[in-house]
Amino acid sequence: MTMRTEPVVVNVGPHHPSTHGVFRMKLTFDGENILDAEPVIGYLHRGTEKLAEERQYTQVITLTDRLDYVASMTNNQAFVLSCERLVGIEPPDRGKYLRVIAAELQRIASHLIGVGFFLQELGVFGGTALMYAFRERERILDMFEMLCGARITLTYMRIGGVLQDTPDEFWPALRSFLDDMPGYADELQALVFDSEIVRSRAIGVAPVSAEDAIAASFTGPILRASGVEWDWRKAAPYDVYDRVEFDVPTCEGGDNYDRFWVRMLEVRQSLRIIEQCCEQIEPGPVRTTMAMLFRPPPGEAYVPIEAPKGELGFYLVSDGTIAPYRCHVRSPSFMSLTLFREMLVGWKLADAIVTLGSLDFNMGEVDR
Amino acid sequence: MYGEGILRGLGVTLRNLVRRPFTVQYPEARIPQHPRFRGQEFTWYEQRCTGCASCAKYCPLGIIRIVTDPDGGNEQDGGSYKVDVFDIDQARCMYCGLCVEACPYDALHMGSGFEAARYRRADLVIDIDTLKEREKHPSTWFRPQLEREKADPHHDAPQEWESVGREPFLWHPKRPGQMPEEMDHRSSAAGDYGGER
Ligand code: SF4
Ligand code: SF4
Repeated sequence: MTMRTEPVVVNVGPHHPSTHGVFRMKLTFDGENILDAEPVIGYLHRGTEKLAEERQYTQVITLTDRLDYVASMTNNQAFVLSCERLVGIEPPDRGKYLRVIAAELQRIASHLIGVGFFLQELGVFGGTALMYAFRERERILDMFEMLCGARITLTYMRIGGVLQDTPDEFWPALRSFLDDMPGYADELQALVFDSEIVRSRAIGVAPVSAEDAIAASFTGPILRASGVEWDWRKAAPYDVYDRVEFDVPTCEGGDNYDRFWVRMLEVRQSLRIIEQCCEQIEPGPVRTTMAMLFRPPPGEAYVPIEAPKGELGFYLVSDGTIAPYRCHVRSPSFMSLTLFREMLVGWKLADAIVTLGSLDFNMGEVDR
Repeated sequence: MYGEGILRGLGVTLRNLVRRPFTVQYPEARIPQHPRFRGQEFTWYEQRCTGCASCAKYCPLGIIRIVTDPDGGNEQDGGSYKVDVFDIDQARCMYCGLCVEACPYDALHMGSGFEAARYRRADLVIDIDTLKEREKHPSTWFRPQLEREKADPHHDAPQEWESVGREPFLWHPKRPGQMPEEMDHRSSAAGDYGGER
Protein backbone atom coordinates (compact mmCIF):
# COMPACT_ATOMS: atom_id res chain seq x y z
CA MET A 1 0.00 0.00 0.00
CA THR A 2 1.39 3.40 -0.85
CA MET A 3 0.16 6.39 1.05
CA ARG A 4 1.71 9.84 1.00
CA THR A 5 2.85 10.95 4.44
CA GLU A 6 3.96 14.38 5.45
CA PRO A 7 6.58 15.56 7.87
CA VAL A 8 5.27 17.40 10.90
CA VAL A 9 6.84 20.53 12.34
CA VAL A 10 6.71 20.63 16.12
CA ASN A 11 7.70 23.55 18.29
CA VAL A 12 9.41 22.54 21.50
CA GLY A 13 9.53 25.57 23.74
CA PRO A 14 10.00 28.44 24.28
CA HIS A 15 8.23 27.49 27.50
CA HIS A 16 9.14 23.89 27.94
CA PRO A 17 10.73 22.37 31.02
CA SER A 18 13.41 20.61 29.02
CA THR A 19 14.77 23.59 27.12
CA HIS A 20 16.91 25.17 29.85
CA GLY A 21 15.26 28.54 29.82
CA VAL A 22 13.31 30.19 27.07
CA PHE A 23 14.67 28.33 24.09
CA ARG A 24 12.62 27.19 21.14
CA MET A 25 13.42 24.24 18.94
CA LYS A 26 11.67 23.95 15.62
CA LEU A 27 11.82 20.25 14.91
CA THR A 28 10.60 18.58 11.74
CA PHE A 29 9.55 15.01 12.36
CA ASP A 30 8.89 11.96 10.32
CA GLY A 31 7.15 9.99 13.03
CA GLU A 32 9.66 9.93 15.83
CA ASN A 33 12.66 10.70 13.64
CA ILE A 34 14.03 14.20 13.38
CA LEU A 35 14.41 15.38 9.80
CA ASP A 36 15.41 18.94 10.52
CA ALA A 37 16.11 21.01 13.59
CA GLU A 38 16.34 24.73 13.96
CA PRO A 39 17.21 26.58 17.15
CA VAL A 40 15.30 29.80 17.71
CA ILE A 41 16.96 32.06 20.23
CA GLY A 42 16.58 35.59 21.46
CA TYR A 43 13.73 35.28 23.93
CA LEU A 44 15.96 36.26 26.83
CA HIS A 45 17.83 39.05 25.11
CA ARG A 46 18.40 41.90 27.56
CA GLY A 47 21.03 43.87 25.73
CA THR A 48 23.69 43.22 28.32
CA GLU A 49 26.49 44.43 26.07
CA LYS A 50 24.77 47.71 25.42
CA LEU A 51 23.86 48.14 29.08
CA ALA A 52 27.50 47.59 29.96
CA GLU A 53 28.55 50.40 27.67
CA GLU A 54 26.46 52.82 29.69
CA ARG A 55 27.79 51.83 33.07
CA GLN A 56 30.99 52.26 34.99
CA TYR A 57 33.28 49.26 35.06
CA THR A 58 32.46 48.31 38.63
CA GLN A 59 28.76 48.48 37.95
CA VAL A 60 29.08 46.10 35.02
CA ILE A 61 30.08 43.32 37.44
CA THR A 62 26.46 43.18 38.54
CA LEU A 63 25.38 42.63 34.94
CA THR A 64 27.77 39.75 34.43
CA ASP A 65 26.03 37.84 37.24
CA ARG A 66 23.01 37.62 35.05
CA LEU A 67 24.66 36.06 32.02
CA ASP A 68 25.15 32.49 33.06
CA TYR A 69 23.15 32.62 36.22
CA VAL A 70 24.17 29.20 37.46
CA ALA A 71 27.84 30.21 37.28
CA SER A 72 27.98 33.86 38.32
CA MET A 73 31.36 33.55 39.97
CA THR A 74 33.23 32.74 36.79
CA ASN A 75 31.39 35.49 34.92
CA ASN A 76 32.62 37.96 37.52
CA GLN A 77 36.09 36.55 37.16
CA ALA A 78 36.21 36.88 33.39
CA PHE A 79 35.09 40.48 33.55
CA VAL A 80 37.42 41.63 36.31
CA LEU A 81 40.39 39.92 34.66
CA SER A 82 39.75 41.84 31.45
CA CYS A 83 39.40 45.07 33.42
CA GLU A 84 42.64 44.41 35.26
CA ARG A 85 44.44 43.84 31.97
CA LEU A 86 42.98 47.11 30.74
CA VAL A 87 44.07 49.07 33.81
CA GLY A 88 47.29 47.18 34.33
CA ILE A 89 46.92 46.11 37.96
CA GLU A 90 47.46 42.83 39.75
CA PRO A 91 45.36 41.66 42.68
CA PRO A 92 47.18 40.55 45.83
CA ASP A 93 47.91 36.85 46.22
CA ARG A 94 45.20 36.10 48.72
CA GLY A 95 42.67 37.71 46.46
CA LYS A 96 43.79 35.52 43.60
CA TYR A 97 43.55 32.36 45.69
CA LEU A 98 40.09 33.28 46.93
CA ARG A 99 39.05 33.84 43.34
CA VAL A 100 40.26 30.44 42.29
CA ILE A 101 38.60 28.73 45.26
CA ALA A 102 35.34 30.50 44.51
CA ALA A 103 35.58 29.80 40.78
CA GLU A 104 36.23 26.11 41.34
CA LEU A 105 33.35 25.85 43.78
CA GLN A 106 31.23 27.46 41.11
CA ARG A 107 32.46 24.96 38.55
CA ILE A 108 31.38 22.13 40.81
CA ALA A 109 27.99 23.75 41.35
CA SER A 110 27.51 24.34 37.64
CA HIS A 111 28.55 20.81 36.71
CA LEU A 112 26.21 19.41 39.35
CA ILE A 113 23.38 21.28 37.70
CA GLY A 114 24.53 20.13 34.28
CA VAL A 115 24.77 16.50 35.35
CA GLY A 116 21.56 16.69 37.37
CA PHE A 117 19.52 18.05 34.49
CA PHE A 118 21.08 15.63 32.06
CA LEU A 119 19.96 12.72 34.22
CA GLN A 120 16.62 14.37 34.81
CA GLU A 121 16.05 14.56 31.08
CA LEU A 122 16.96 10.93 30.68
CA GLY A 123 14.12 10.29 33.09
CA VAL A 124 16.36 8.29 35.38
CA PHE A 125 14.69 7.65 38.71
CA GLY A 126 12.28 10.50 38.07
CA GLY A 127 14.42 13.39 39.18
CA THR A 128 16.20 11.69 42.06
CA ALA A 129 19.61 12.45 40.64
CA LEU A 130 18.67 16.08 40.13
CA MET A 131 17.63 16.43 43.75
CA TYR A 132 20.87 14.87 44.92
CA ALA A 133 22.82 17.30 42.76
CA PHE A 134 20.86 20.20 44.19
CA ARG A 135 21.55 19.03 47.72
CA GLU A 136 25.30 19.21 47.17
CA ARG A 137 25.00 22.49 45.31
CA GLU A 138 23.11 23.93 48.25
CA ARG A 139 26.18 23.63 50.41
CA ILE A 140 28.22 25.54 47.85
CA LEU A 141 25.61 28.27 47.77
CA ASP A 142 25.76 28.43 51.57
CA MET A 143 29.46 29.05 51.29
CA PHE A 144 28.89 31.77 48.71
CA GLU A 145 26.48 33.36 51.14
CA MET A 146 29.26 33.47 53.71
CA LEU A 147 31.64 35.01 51.20
CA CYS A 148 29.47 37.65 49.66
CA GLY A 149 25.99 37.61 51.15
CA ALA A 150 24.24 36.28 48.07
CA ARG A 151 23.66 32.86 46.65
CA ILE A 152 23.10 33.30 42.92
CA THR A 153 23.80 36.87 41.82
CA LEU A 154 27.04 37.12 43.67
CA THR A 155 28.94 40.24 42.59
CA TYR A 156 31.82 38.89 44.67
CA MET A 157 34.84 39.77 42.61
CA ARG A 158 36.09 43.29 42.23
CA ILE A 159 38.59 44.88 39.92
CA GLY A 160 41.79 44.32 41.85
CA GLY A 161 40.75 41.39 44.01
CA VAL A 162 37.62 40.21 45.74
CA LEU A 163 35.02 42.08 47.71
CA GLN A 164 36.17 41.31 51.24
CA ASP A 165 37.99 38.67 53.24
CA THR A 166 36.37 35.42 54.29
CA PRO A 167 34.45 35.16 57.55
CA ASP A 168 35.71 32.70 60.15
CA GLU A 169 32.96 30.18 59.42
CA PHE A 170 33.99 29.81 55.81
CA TRP A 171 37.05 27.62 56.23
CA PRO A 172 35.44 24.91 58.40
CA ALA A 173 32.50 24.82 56.01
CA LEU A 174 34.84 24.45 53.04
CA ARG A 175 36.79 21.74 54.84
CA SER A 176 33.73 19.67 55.58
CA PHE A 177 32.51 20.14 52.02
CA LEU A 178 35.84 18.96 50.62
CA ASP A 179 35.63 15.91 52.88
CA ASP A 180 32.08 15.07 51.89
CA MET A 181 32.04 15.88 48.20
CA PRO A 182 34.02 12.85 46.95
CA GLY A 183 31.49 10.65 48.75
CA TYR A 184 28.64 12.52 47.13
CA ALA A 185 30.26 12.18 43.73
CA ASP A 186 30.68 8.43 44.32
CA GLU A 187 27.06 8.22 45.28
CA LEU A 188 25.90 10.02 42.16
CA GLN A 189 28.16 7.75 40.17
CA ALA A 190 26.82 4.60 41.80
CA LEU A 191 23.33 5.84 41.09
CA VAL A 192 23.86 6.13 37.37
CA PHE A 193 27.22 4.83 36.25
CA ASP A 194 26.25 1.23 35.53
CA SER A 195 22.63 1.96 35.05
CA GLU A 196 21.45 0.25 31.88
CA ILE A 197 18.99 3.05 31.22
CA VAL A 198 21.69 5.69 31.14
CA ARG A 199 24.12 3.63 29.14
CA SER A 200 21.70 2.49 26.49
CA ARG A 201 20.18 5.92 26.04
CA ALA A 202 23.33 8.02 26.10
CA ILE A 203 26.24 6.01 24.72
CA GLY A 204 26.75 6.64 21.02
CA VAL A 205 23.95 9.19 20.79
CA ALA A 206 24.61 12.43 18.92
CA PRO A 207 28.39 12.04 18.68
CA VAL A 208 30.58 14.97 17.67
CA SER A 209 34.01 14.29 16.22
CA ALA A 210 37.03 16.25 17.38
CA GLU A 211 37.31 18.02 14.01
CA ASP A 212 33.66 19.06 14.05
CA ALA A 213 33.91 20.24 17.62
CA ILE A 214 36.90 22.43 16.82
CA ALA A 215 35.33 23.72 13.63
CA ALA A 216 32.20 24.67 15.54
CA SER A 217 34.18 26.59 18.20
CA PHE A 218 33.14 24.20 20.94
CA THR A 219 35.00 24.83 24.16
CA GLY A 220 34.93 23.47 27.65
CA PRO A 221 33.60 20.05 28.66
CA ILE A 222 31.83 19.43 25.36
CA LEU A 223 35.09 19.90 23.47
CA ARG A 224 37.04 17.73 25.89
CA ALA A 225 34.38 15.03 25.59
CA SER A 226 35.37 14.77 21.93
CA GLY A 227 38.94 14.07 22.93
CA VAL A 228 40.57 17.48 22.51
CA GLU A 229 42.70 18.40 25.49
CA TRP A 230 42.14 22.14 25.65
CA ASP A 231 41.69 24.17 28.77
CA TRP A 232 42.39 27.87 29.26
CA ARG A 233 43.50 27.17 32.79
CA LYS A 234 46.45 25.26 31.27
CA ALA A 235 46.85 27.11 28.00
CA ALA A 236 47.05 30.62 29.47
CA PRO A 237 46.88 30.34 33.26
CA TYR A 238 45.18 33.25 34.95
CA ASP A 239 45.02 34.00 38.68
CA VAL A 240 46.89 31.15 40.37
CA TYR A 241 46.18 28.22 38.07
CA ASP A 242 49.88 28.02 37.27
CA ARG A 243 50.63 27.26 40.92
CA VAL A 244 48.30 24.28 41.28
CA GLU A 245 48.44 20.83 39.76
CA PHE A 246 45.49 19.31 38.02
CA ASP A 247 44.66 17.17 35.03
CA VAL A 248 42.45 18.00 32.11
CA PRO A 249 40.15 15.00 31.77
CA THR A 250 39.09 14.01 28.27
CA CYS A 251 36.91 11.32 26.73
CA GLU A 252 36.96 9.92 23.20
CA GLY A 253 33.51 9.43 21.84
CA GLY A 254 32.05 12.90 22.05
CA ASP A 255 28.60 11.40 22.58
CA ASN A 256 26.05 12.32 25.20
CA TYR A 257 27.50 9.93 27.73
CA ASP A 258 31.00 11.36 27.36
CA ARG A 259 29.76 14.90 27.71
CA PHE A 260 28.17 13.87 30.98
CA TRP A 261 31.10 11.81 32.16
CA VAL A 262 33.76 14.42 31.51
CA ARG A 263 31.91 16.73 33.88
CA MET A 264 31.95 14.14 36.63
CA LEU A 265 35.71 13.84 36.16
CA GLU A 266 36.17 17.59 36.22
CA VAL A 267 34.38 17.88 39.54
CA ARG A 268 37.11 15.76 41.10
CA GLN A 269 39.84 17.87 39.53
CA SER A 270 38.20 21.00 40.90
CA LEU A 271 38.26 19.48 44.38
CA ARG A 272 41.96 18.84 43.88
CA ILE A 273 42.55 22.46 42.93
CA ILE A 274 40.66 23.75 45.97
CA GLU A 275 42.62 21.43 48.27
CA GLN A 276 45.90 22.85 46.97
CA CYS A 277 44.66 26.42 47.22
CA CYS A 278 43.69 25.84 50.85
CA GLU A 279 47.23 24.69 51.56
CA GLN A 280 48.91 27.54 49.71
CA ILE A 281 46.74 30.49 50.72
CA GLU A 282 48.24 32.89 53.23
CA PRO A 283 46.82 35.79 55.22
CA GLY A 284 47.08 39.18 53.64
CA PRO A 285 45.10 41.78 51.76
CA VAL A 286 42.45 40.54 49.36
CA ARG A 287 42.13 43.63 47.28
CA THR A 288 44.22 46.46 45.95
CA THR A 289 42.89 49.89 46.69
CA MET A 290 41.09 50.85 43.59
CA ALA A 291 38.57 53.61 43.33
CA MET A 292 35.14 52.46 42.33
CA LEU A 293 35.18 55.02 39.58
CA PHE A 294 38.27 55.01 37.40
CA ARG A 295 39.38 55.83 33.90
CA PRO A 296 41.47 53.13 32.25
CA PRO A 297 43.88 54.30 29.56
CA PRO A 298 42.54 53.94 26.02
CA GLY A 299 43.08 50.45 24.70
CA GLU A 300 41.53 47.05 24.53
CA ALA A 301 41.71 43.85 26.52
CA TYR A 302 40.45 40.31 26.25
CA VAL A 303 41.22 37.65 28.85
CA PRO A 304 39.61 34.29 28.12
CA ILE A 305 38.89 32.07 31.09
CA GLU A 306 37.72 28.52 31.43
CA ALA A 307 34.19 28.94 32.69
CA PRO A 308 32.28 25.77 33.61
CA LYS A 309 30.71 25.74 30.18
CA GLY A 310 33.77 26.71 28.15
CA GLU A 311 35.72 29.74 27.07
CA LEU A 312 34.23 32.91 28.46
CA GLY A 313 35.73 36.30 27.86
CA PHE A 314 34.85 39.95 27.83
CA TYR A 315 36.35 41.98 25.03
CA LEU A 316 36.60 45.50 26.38
CA VAL A 317 37.55 48.63 24.51
CA SER A 318 38.29 51.72 26.55
CA ASP A 319 38.30 55.22 25.19
CA GLY A 320 39.63 56.67 28.41
CA THR A 321 36.26 57.43 29.98
CA ILE A 322 34.61 55.87 33.01
CA ALA A 323 32.55 53.38 30.98
CA PRO A 324 33.66 50.82 28.39
CA TYR A 325 33.37 52.00 24.81
CA ARG A 326 32.59 48.48 23.69
CA CYS A 327 31.93 45.35 25.68
CA HIS A 328 31.54 42.10 23.81
CA VAL A 329 30.78 38.83 25.54
CA ARG A 330 32.20 35.67 24.07
CA SER A 331 29.91 33.15 25.68
CA PRO A 332 30.45 29.41 25.53
CA SER A 333 26.77 28.51 25.55
CA PHE A 334 26.10 30.37 22.32
CA MET A 335 28.81 28.37 20.58
CA SER A 336 27.41 25.14 21.99
CA LEU A 337 24.37 25.57 19.81
CA THR A 338 26.28 25.89 16.53
CA LEU A 339 26.12 22.17 15.76
CA PHE A 340 22.51 21.89 16.87
CA ARG A 341 21.13 20.66 13.55
CA GLU A 342 24.00 18.32 12.77
CA MET A 343 23.74 16.71 16.18
CA LEU A 344 20.02 16.15 16.19
CA VAL A 345 19.11 15.14 12.64
CA GLY A 346 18.52 11.42 12.42
CA TRP A 347 17.86 10.91 16.12
CA LYS A 348 14.56 10.67 17.97
CA LEU A 349 12.70 13.33 19.93
CA ALA A 350 13.68 11.74 23.23
CA ASP A 351 17.34 11.86 22.15
CA ALA A 352 17.02 15.54 21.27
CA ILE A 353 15.98 16.38 24.80
CA VAL A 354 18.85 14.38 26.25
CA THR A 355 21.31 16.00 23.84
CA LEU A 356 20.21 19.43 24.98
CA GLY A 357 20.81 18.30 28.55
CA SER A 358 24.28 17.05 27.72
CA LEU A 359 25.25 20.34 26.07
CA ASP A 360 24.43 22.12 29.34
CA PHE A 361 23.94 25.54 27.86
CA ASN A 362 22.34 28.43 29.61
CA MET A 363 19.96 30.78 27.89
CA GLY A 364 21.03 33.78 29.93
CA GLU A 365 24.38 33.47 28.25
CA VAL A 366 23.14 32.53 24.78
CA ASP A 367 20.90 35.57 24.43
CA ARG A 368 22.80 37.94 26.72
CA MET B 1 23.79 -9.31 34.73
CA TYR B 2 21.25 -7.07 33.15
CA GLY B 3 19.61 -4.81 35.70
CA GLU B 4 22.53 -4.92 38.10
CA GLY B 5 23.32 -1.24 37.59
CA ILE B 6 19.74 -0.26 38.27
CA LEU B 7 19.71 -2.30 41.46
CA ARG B 8 22.86 -0.60 42.64
CA GLY B 9 21.28 2.75 41.91
CA LEU B 10 18.19 1.79 43.85
CA GLY B 11 20.44 0.84 46.75
CA VAL B 12 21.64 4.44 46.86
CA THR B 13 18.08 5.68 46.80
CA LEU B 14 17.20 3.34 49.65
CA ARG B 15 20.09 4.60 51.74
CA ASN B 16 18.93 8.15 51.23
CA LEU B 17 15.42 7.21 52.22
CA VAL B 18 16.49 6.68 55.80
CA ARG B 19 18.71 9.77 55.99
CA ARG B 20 17.65 12.89 57.82
CA PRO B 21 15.83 15.12 55.34
CA PHE B 22 17.89 17.96 53.93
CA THR B 23 14.94 20.19 53.10
CA VAL B 24 12.81 22.19 55.52
CA GLN B 25 9.16 23.09 55.26
CA TYR B 26 9.15 26.81 54.57
CA PRO B 27 7.47 28.92 55.96
CA GLU B 28 6.95 26.78 59.07
CA ALA B 29 10.68 26.23 59.31
CA ARG B 30 13.42 28.52 58.08
CA ILE B 31 17.04 28.07 57.23
CA PRO B 32 19.10 30.66 59.09
CA GLN B 33 20.92 33.19 56.96
CA HIS B 34 24.51 34.12 57.41
CA PRO B 35 25.01 37.54 59.08
CA ARG B 36 26.54 38.70 55.80
CA PHE B 37 23.31 37.97 53.95
CA ARG B 38 22.60 40.83 51.57
CA GLY B 39 18.94 41.31 52.31
CA GLN B 40 16.09 43.71 51.90
CA GLU B 41 15.16 46.35 54.48
CA PHE B 42 18.08 48.68 53.98
CA THR B 43 19.32 50.13 57.23
CA TRP B 44 19.99 53.83 57.05
CA TYR B 45 21.15 56.12 59.85
CA GLU B 46 20.06 59.70 59.36
CA GLN B 47 22.53 60.84 62.00
CA ARG B 48 25.39 59.69 59.80
CA CYS B 49 24.15 60.48 56.33
CA THR B 50 25.67 63.63 54.90
CA GLY B 51 23.58 63.54 51.76
CA CYS B 52 26.67 63.07 49.63
CA ALA B 53 24.67 60.81 47.28
CA SER B 54 27.59 58.47 46.61
CA CYS B 55 25.15 55.62 47.04
CA ALA B 56 22.85 57.04 44.38
CA LYS B 57 25.72 57.53 41.96
CA TYR B 58 27.09 54.03 42.33
CA CYS B 59 23.78 52.24 42.06
CA PRO B 60 23.92 50.54 38.65
CA LEU B 61 20.20 51.08 38.20
CA GLY B 62 19.92 54.58 39.58
CA ILE B 63 17.03 53.72 41.87
CA ILE B 64 18.06 55.82 44.87
CA ARG B 65 16.67 59.32 44.85
CA ILE B 66 18.13 61.89 47.20
CA VAL B 67 17.14 65.50 47.64
CA THR B 68 19.18 67.56 50.05
CA ASP B 69 18.76 70.98 51.52
CA PRO B 70 21.95 72.95 52.14
CA ASP B 71 20.33 74.84 54.99
CA GLY B 72 20.01 71.80 57.16
CA GLY B 73 22.88 72.59 59.44
CA ASN B 74 25.92 74.77 59.77
CA GLU B 75 28.36 73.28 57.28
CA GLN B 76 31.18 75.52 58.48
CA ASP B 77 31.12 73.71 61.79
CA GLY B 78 30.97 70.29 60.20
CA GLY B 79 27.22 70.17 60.12
CA SER B 80 25.64 68.17 57.37
CA TYR B 81 23.15 68.78 54.64
CA LYS B 82 19.59 68.06 55.56
CA VAL B 83 18.34 65.08 53.64
CA ASP B 84 14.78 65.76 52.55
CA VAL B 85 14.13 62.80 50.29
CA PHE B 86 15.74 59.40 50.40
CA ASP B 87 13.75 56.97 48.27
CA ILE B 88 14.92 53.50 47.36
CA ASP B 89 12.85 51.77 44.72
CA GLN B 90 13.10 48.22 45.96
CA ALA B 91 10.99 46.92 43.13
CA ARG B 92 13.99 47.26 40.85
CA CYS B 93 16.73 46.74 43.40
CA MET B 94 18.92 43.71 42.79
CA TYR B 95 20.61 43.83 46.21
CA CYS B 96 24.03 44.04 44.68
CA GLY B 97 25.25 46.16 47.56
CA LEU B 98 27.26 48.66 45.53
CA CYS B 99 25.44 51.53 47.26
CA VAL B 100 26.51 50.19 50.65
CA GLU B 101 30.05 49.70 49.43
CA ALA B 102 30.11 53.28 48.15
CA CYS B 103 28.79 54.94 51.31
CA PRO B 104 31.84 56.63 52.82
CA TYR B 105 30.20 57.32 56.19
CA ASP B 106 28.75 53.91 56.98
CA ALA B 107 25.29 55.39 57.00
CA LEU B 108 23.75 52.83 54.70
CA HIS B 109 23.83 49.10 55.40
CA MET B 110 22.25 46.11 53.74
CA GLY B 111 19.28 44.65 55.59
CA SER B 112 18.80 41.10 56.70
CA GLY B 113 15.37 40.00 55.54
CA PHE B 114 14.05 38.54 52.32
CA GLU B 115 10.30 38.67 52.69
CA ALA B 116 9.32 42.17 51.64
CA ALA B 117 6.84 41.18 48.95
CA ARG B 118 3.99 43.64 48.42
CA TYR B 119 0.87 43.68 46.31
CA ARG B 120 1.59 47.00 44.66
CA ARG B 121 4.75 48.33 43.10
CA ALA B 122 4.39 51.69 44.79
CA ASP B 123 4.50 49.98 48.18
CA LEU B 124 7.95 48.72 47.38
CA VAL B 125 9.45 52.20 47.30
CA ILE B 126 10.84 52.83 50.74
CA ASP B 127 10.95 56.47 51.68
CA ILE B 128 12.87 58.43 54.24
CA ASP B 129 10.27 58.07 56.98
CA THR B 130 10.24 54.30 56.71
CA LEU B 131 14.00 54.28 56.75
CA LYS B 132 14.10 56.47 59.83
CA GLU B 133 11.50 54.59 61.79
CA ARG B 134 12.07 50.95 61.00
CA GLU B 135 13.93 48.62 63.30
CA LYS B 136 17.56 48.55 62.30
CA HIS B 137 19.15 45.19 61.75
CA PRO B 138 22.20 45.96 59.63
CA SER B 139 23.81 43.10 57.76
CA THR B 140 27.52 42.63 58.39
CA TRP B 141 28.13 42.65 54.64
CA PHE B 142 31.11 44.91 53.86
CA ARG B 143 31.08 46.13 57.45
CA PRO B 144 34.08 44.39 59.04
CA GLN B 145 33.58 46.28 62.30
CA LEU B 146 30.22 44.54 62.82
CA GLU B 147 31.71 41.23 61.89
CA ARG B 148 34.47 41.64 64.41
CA GLU B 149 31.87 42.12 67.13
CA LYS B 150 30.13 38.98 65.92
CA ALA B 151 26.97 40.90 65.22
CA ASP B 152 24.08 38.79 63.99
CA PRO B 153 21.27 40.84 62.46
CA HIS B 154 18.87 37.93 62.65
CA HIS B 155 19.04 37.53 66.40
CA ASP B 156 20.50 40.68 67.90
CA ALA B 157 18.46 43.58 69.18
CA PRO B 158 18.16 46.53 66.76
CA GLN B 159 21.37 48.51 66.47
CA GLU B 160 21.51 52.24 67.04
CA TRP B 161 23.85 54.41 65.04
CA GLU B 162 26.33 54.80 67.88
CA SER B 163 26.83 51.07 68.13
CA VAL B 164 27.43 50.11 64.51
CA GLY B 165 31.00 51.40 64.51
CA ARG B 166 33.03 52.68 61.60
CA GLU B 167 34.77 50.62 59.02
CA PRO B 168 38.53 51.27 59.06
CA PHE B 169 39.45 53.37 56.07
CA LEU B 170 40.68 50.35 54.23
CA TRP B 171 38.71 50.85 51.07
CA HIS B 172 37.95 54.50 51.48
CA PRO B 173 41.26 56.32 51.64
CA LYS B 174 40.85 60.05 51.67
CA ARG B 175 44.00 60.44 49.69
CA PRO B 176 46.94 58.17 48.96
CA GLY B 177 49.34 57.80 51.80
CA GLN B 178 46.82 58.55 54.47
CA MET B 179 46.13 54.97 55.35
CA PRO B 180 47.80 53.21 58.27
CA GLU B 181 50.98 51.47 57.18
CA GLU B 182 49.72 47.90 57.55
CA MET B 183 46.68 48.60 55.45
CA ASP B 184 48.44 50.40 52.65
CA HIS B 185 48.78 47.68 50.06
CA ARG B 186 48.24 49.64 46.89
CA SER B 187 50.08 48.39 43.89
CA SER B 188 51.93 51.12 42.08
CA ALA B 189 49.58 51.09 39.11
CA ALA B 190 46.49 51.33 41.28
CA GLY B 191 47.95 54.28 43.07
CA ASP B 192 47.44 56.40 40.00
CA TYR B 193 43.76 55.79 40.24
CA GLY B 194 43.43 55.66 43.99
CA GLY B 195 43.57 59.40 44.37
CA GLU B 196 40.70 60.14 42.10
CA ARG B 197 37.88 60.13 44.60
S1 SF4 C 1 21.65 47.23 46.29
FE1 SF4 C 1 22.40 47.67 44.23
S2 SF4 C 1 20.55 47.94 43.00
FE2 SF4 C 1 19.92 48.09 45.14
S3 SF4 C 1 19.95 50.28 45.60
FE3 SF4 C 1 21.96 49.44 46.19
S4 SF4 C 1 23.28 49.72 44.39
FE4 SF4 C 1 21.14 49.98 43.72
S1 SF4 D 1 26.48 57.46 50.42
FE1 SF4 D 1 25.98 57.25 52.62
S2 SF4 D 1 26.31 59.29 53.45
FE2 SF4 D 1 26.21 59.56 51.22
S3 SF4 D 1 24.03 59.99 50.81
FE3 SF4 D 1 24.26 57.78 50.63
S4 SF4 D 1 23.75 56.97 52.67
FE4 SF4 D 1 24.15 59.20 52.91
